[in-house]
Amino acid sequence: MTDAVSVTAPAAPTVGRSLFQLAAMRFRRNRAAMASCVVLAMITLFSFLGPFFVAHKYDQVYSSYVAIPPSLEARPAVSTLRDVAESIVKRARVTLLEFSTEGQEFSATITSPSPIDPRSIRYFDRVDEFADTRIVETLDGGNTLKLAGSLNRQYFLFGTDTNGRDLMTRIMLGGQISIVVGLLASLVSLGIGVLYGATSGYLGGRVDNVMMRLIEILYSLPFVFLVVVLVVFFGRSFILIFITIGAVEWLDMARIVRGQTLALKRREFVGAAEALGLSDWQIIRRHIIPNTIGSVIVFVTVVVPKVILLESFLSFLGLGVQAPLTSWGVLISDGANSMQSAPWLLIFPAAFFVVALFSLNFIGDGLRDALDPRDR
Amino acid sequence: MMNSTITDTRANSVEMAEVPDMVLSVRGLTVNFTTPDGTVSAVKGIDLDVRAGETLAVVGESGSGKSQSMMGIMGLLAANGRVSGSARYRGRELIGASEAELNKVRGARISMIFQEPMTSLDPLYTIGRQIAEPIVYHRGCSFSAARKQVLELLELVGIPEPERRIDSYPHEMSGGQRQRVMIAMALANEPDLLIADEPTTALDVTIQAQILELLGSLQRRFGMAIVLITHDLGVVRHFAERVMVMRNGEVVEQGSRSDIFERPQADYTRMLLDAEPSGRKEAPSASAPVILEAKDVVVDFGRRRRFSSPKFNPILRAVDHISLQLRQGQTIGIVGESGSGKSTLGRALLRLVPSTGVYRFDDQDISNFDKAAMRPLRRRLQLVFQDPYGSLSPRLTVGEIITEGLRIHEPSLDKAERDRRAILALAEVGLDPTARNRYPHEFSGGQRQRLAIARAMIIKPSVVILDEPTSALDRSVQGQVIELLRTLQLTHGLSYVFISHDLSVIRAISDYVVVMKRGRIVEEGTTQAIFEKPCEPYTRTLIGAALNLKAVDDEADCTTR
Repeated sequence: MTDAVSVTAPAAPTVGRSLFQLAAMRFRRNRAAMASCVVLAMITLFSFLGPFFVAHKYDQVYSSYVAIPPSLEARPAVSTLRDVAESIVKRARVTLLEFSTEGQEFSATITSPSPIDPRSIRYFDRVDEFADTRIVETLDGGNTLKLAGSLNRQYFLFGTDTNGRDLMTRIMLGGQISIVVGLLASLVSLGIGVLYGATSGYLGGRVDNVMMRLIEILYSLPFVFLVVVLVVFFGRSFILIFITIGAVEWLDMARIVRGQTLALKRREFVGAAEALGLSDWQIIRRHIIPNTIGSVIVFVTVVVPKVILLESFLSFLGLGVQAPLTSWGVLISDGANSMQSAPWLLIFPAAFFVVALFSLNFIGDGLRDALDPRDR
Repeated sequence: MMNSTITDTRANSVEMAEVPDMVLSVRGLTVNFTTPDGTVSAVKGIDLDVRAGETLAVVGESGSGKSQSMMGIMGLLAANGRVSGSARYRGRELIGASEAELNKVRGARISMIFQEPMTSLDPLYTIGRQIAEPIVYHRGCSFSAARKQVLELLELVGIPEPERRIDSYPHEMSGGQRQRVMIAMALANEPDLLIADEPTTALDVTIQAQILELLGSLQRRFGMAIVLITHDLGVVRHFAERVMVMRNGEVVEQGSRSDIFERPQADYTRMLLDAEPSGRKEAPSASAPVILEAKDVVVDFGRRRRFSSPKFNPILRAVDHISLQLRQGQTIGIVGESGSGKSTLGRALLRLVPSTGVYRFDDQDISNFDKAAMRPLRRRLQLVFQDPYGSLSPRLTVGEIITEGLRIHEPSLDKAERDRRAILALAEVGLDPTARNRYPHEFSGGQRQRLAIARAMIIKPSVVILDEPTSALDRSVQGQVIELLRTLQLTHGLSYVFISHDLSVIRAISDYVVVMKRGRIVEEGTTQAIFEKPCEPYTRTLIGAALNLKAVDDEADCTTR
C-alpha cells in the first residue's frame, strides 16, 4: 500500500543515499534533538576547554574563600580587606597603622615596639587576598614598615565548595570525567554486548541457551558485589572504572541485540548470504551487526546517562573516582550534604547533570524516530 | 480550496439528486505526499463514478496510486499525505470532512477490505467481537444483542459451524477464513459501497476463487456497489462490470469490461493484457547429465523433546519422501499452495535446512556434508528469493551486495576486478552499472529482483533454485524477469528449480512440473502433460482456478506417465 509513495530516484546520481543518510536527514529536521546536540556539544566544550580559560586549578584550595556563594563580583571585596589585614597583623604580632587600597594595589603601614623582621611580610602573601607584598620604606629604625602590594582579585562565578575550591573548575573536571566515563563505559558495553548478543542470537540452539543463561547468572549477582569483586581484582584505577561499569552494563545490550538478531536471522538477505556460502562469522559481521545499529544507537543514548549515574553511585561508595578528582555525581552528593548552608553546591552541578541527561534523552528520542523504519 | 469545495457541493447537490443511483462520485482527486525530496504526487486528479450495485475494478501496477486514491477518499492516508479535490458519497462531501463526520460514513455506509487477512484482524479479540464492533459502534446496541447478527453474518460468508467459530481467535483460522471474517466485518452494517483493496492477492488460487464467488453472491443479495482494487487482470475479467486502468496516478482508460478486454484503446492497457507470461520451454535432451539428484527427502520441523508429551511438540513433516532429478539445462517447476512444503524442499535441495535423504550433486554424494563442507559447493548451487525487498541487505550498497559471493569464492580478486565483474553482472541483468553505489531501497521491485539474480549469477552457478522469484512483481515486470531468466539459462547452460504458486509462470518457464500438496508429490510430469491432461483432481482444481480453463474432464492416460 505504501508503494505508491516510493520516490523515483533522481535521474543519474552515481552515489546513492544510504539508510543512515536518510535517517540523518530525518534527525536534522527534529528541532528538539538538534538543539540538544548543540547543548551537549556546548557542555562538552565547557568541560574540556573551560579549564584553559579559568585561573583556578581544580585542586587549588582558597582557605580565605571557603563556601562563598556564587557572585559576579571579584574577590576579595574591598570593604572586607581592612579586616583581613587586621587579622594578618594580629598573627604577625604587629599593629596596623594604616591601610588603604587603590585600584589593584594596596598599601599598609605596620608598626611594632621592636624592630620588625622583614620576613613577617610573608604573612600578607600567605592569604589569598594579597600578593607581591614588598617593603616600600623602612621607618623608625625598623619599627615601622610601609608595605605595598597588589590585590589578588579572583572570580568565583559559581562560588566555592566547603574546602574553598572553585566550583566552576570542579564542575568542568567533573564533566570531563562523567562524559568520558559515560562514553567509554557505553562503548565497552556496546562492544561486548553487540558481539555477544549477535553471536548468541545467530548461532541459536544450545549455544544460545548457554550464553543467555550466563547472562541471567550475571544479572542475578548484586551489582555492588560484582563491582567490588572487579575493583578488588583489577585494582582501583580511573581507567578501570569504566571497564567495570561497561562490564556490568553490557547485559542489557546483549539481550537487545540478541532479540534483534533473532528477527534479522529470518530475513531473506541472511538466508541469501548463507546460500552464497558466507561463514557464520562473516554473516554476523556483514549482515547482522550493521542492521542492529539503529536500535543499538538508541539504546546507547539511554545507557550513557545510566552509566553516569552508576559512576556517581560508585564514587559515593568510595569505589569510583577519588578526591581531588571528581565527577558530577560526586559533586552532587557533596552538594546534597551542605544543601542548607550552601545550596549552590547542589544547584550548579545538578543543573549541568540534568541538562546533559535531558539532551541525551531528546537525542535518543530523535534518533529513534529517525531510525524507525515504520516511519518511512 | 475549502471554500470552493463547499460551494461546489451546493451547486452539485441538485445534479446529484437527478442521478439517485450514484453512490460515489469523485472529481479531480489528487493525493500528494510530502517527502524529504519534495512533494510526490501519488494521484494526479482522477475522476470516477460508482453507481449502486455495480462493480468497478481499479487496475494498475504497484505505484499507480490505485490504493492511495481510495485511502484518500476514506481519510486514511499516512501522516504526510494530503488529499484535495472532491469525493461525494450520495451527495455528501468526504474530502475535508471532520473525523466525526467521516466516521458516520466509514464502516457504516462505505466499508473496506484490506489485502492482508493475517494482519488486519486484532489477535487479542475473538472474531465474534471484532465483527460486532462496527455494529455496536454505529448502532449503539450491546455486544450480546449484536451476537445474533454476527452469527448470521458468519453463516452468510460461509464459515462452517458459526456457533463454535464465533468465539475463535484469528490465529485459529486459515487465511481464507480470515478474509471471510474481514468480509463479514465489512458487511456488518450493510454498506452501500464496499472497497476491496486486493482482497485475494495474499490467498492461494483455489481460495481466491471462493472468495471472489462469495463477494459476487453477496453483492447480488445486498445490491451494494463494489470497488475492487487489484493488479490481477484475471480477477477483473471474471468479476468487474466496469474497469478503470490507472498508471502513475492518472487514469489511462476507463470503460466496460468488454471494451477494455476486447477493444483496449491505450497502449498501456494493451501492454497489461499481453503481459501474461508466454512462451514454452523445450525439455533438454534425454542424454543430458543429471546434475542434482535427491532421493527420499524428508524435512521435519519441531524437535522431539524428551520431557514433554508428543502432543505438545507436534512434529510437522514439511517434506515427505520426495525425490527429484534435475538434468543440466532443465527447469523443474514446483507448484503448490502455501504450506505445501515447496519452499522447504528448495532449501533442502541446497542443504540449507536439516533434512534426511540421499543427495547427489555432480556425481558426488553430498548427503552427509555439513555446513562447512557445503560452503565451497555453494558457488555452484544458488538461490533467488521471493521477496526482493527482504533479500537484499538494506545497509550495503548494490556493488557490495552483488560482489559478496566473489569475496567468498574468489578471494584472490582485487577490488578493481570485482568492480569490473559487478559491472558485467549488472549489464547482464539489464541494469545500469552506475547503480553499484546506490542502496537497495532506491530501486523498484523488479530492479531489486534483477539485483538478486545478478548476485546469484556473478559466481557462475550451475544450479539455481528460484523461490517464487516473480510473485512479488507486477505482471509486466514478471514477463521481463522470466525473459531474463530464460536468456541466462541459455547462455550459461543453467539448471533451474522454479518454485511458484503461479501456474501461468510455471507453464512459461519450466519443462517439467511437480505438483505438491502437504509435503507430498501429488502429480509430476512434463509441463505439457500436466497442463493439458492432469490426472489428479487436485491438479485440476489448481489449474482450473488459476487459468480459468474448463475442468479437464477427459480421463488422461495416467498410467504411462
